[in-house]
Amino acid sequence: MINIIGLIFISIGIAFDVFGCLGLVRLPDVYCRLQAATKCVTLGTCSILFGTFLIVGFTAAGMKSLLCMIFLALTAPVAAHAIARGAHRAGVKLWKGSVVDKYNEDKEGEA
Amino acid sequence: MKIFRWFISMIFLVGIIIFIIIRPLPFLFYPDLPYIGFLGRVLYIIILACILCLYRVWRGPTGADRIVAIDILGILIVGLCAVLTISTGRSWYIDIGIAWALQSFICALALSKYLEGKGFDD
Repeated sequence: MINIIGLIFISIGIAFDVFGCLGLVRLPDVYCRLQAATKCVTLGTCSILFGTFLIVGFTAAGMKSLLCMIFLALTAPVAAHAIARGAHRAGVKLWKGSVVDKYNEDKEGEA
Repeated sequence: MKIFRWFISMIFLVGIIIFIIIRPLPFLFYPDLPYIGFLGRVLYIIILACILCLYRVWRGPTGADRIVAIDILGILIVGLCAVLTISTGRSWYIDIGIAWALQSFICALALSKYLEGKGFDD
């Protein structure tokens, strides 16, 4: 029974991974691609690692997969924010259909 | 012309999905493990997602697109290592996954610093 639950978790993770990479290919802008791909792929990979933990059980590999899940959930948003900030500082243009750019207004207010 | 390109890519994607359904990835060393058909198909789907990421690396208009795609590719490889841990029964694949996650995080931070145009000690 616990193996079936783990396989269901792995299936959910696979679906999130594929849709996140589809968003990475199809969306028009750096920031849109970043927000689609990072959130979907982080949740999908955490779900795959949790399914691995459920199937393998309380062994060394299971505890390492839990550790890897916690580490990934902590560090992937940090990397995404750093990439978005670097892209905006480097002057990558927004998509022409974008309606608001609060970070640019804040930088103009500082200067 | 756009309709023609969509038609070609649709045929390509449907062919890949049918190939995934009818023929899972064979494991040469362990042919009699449980759930082997399901996990072989899972490996195929993760490799398909990695190919989509590599398309974005190949044809990114700016450097930031390529950096995003490299970051996402690192996270996908961690999932691939986790599935290989189940399907082959060898526990050192998840060690490769942990090391790859660490390296991917450091790589993303360093590349964003490079993109911003500052030194690494700022």
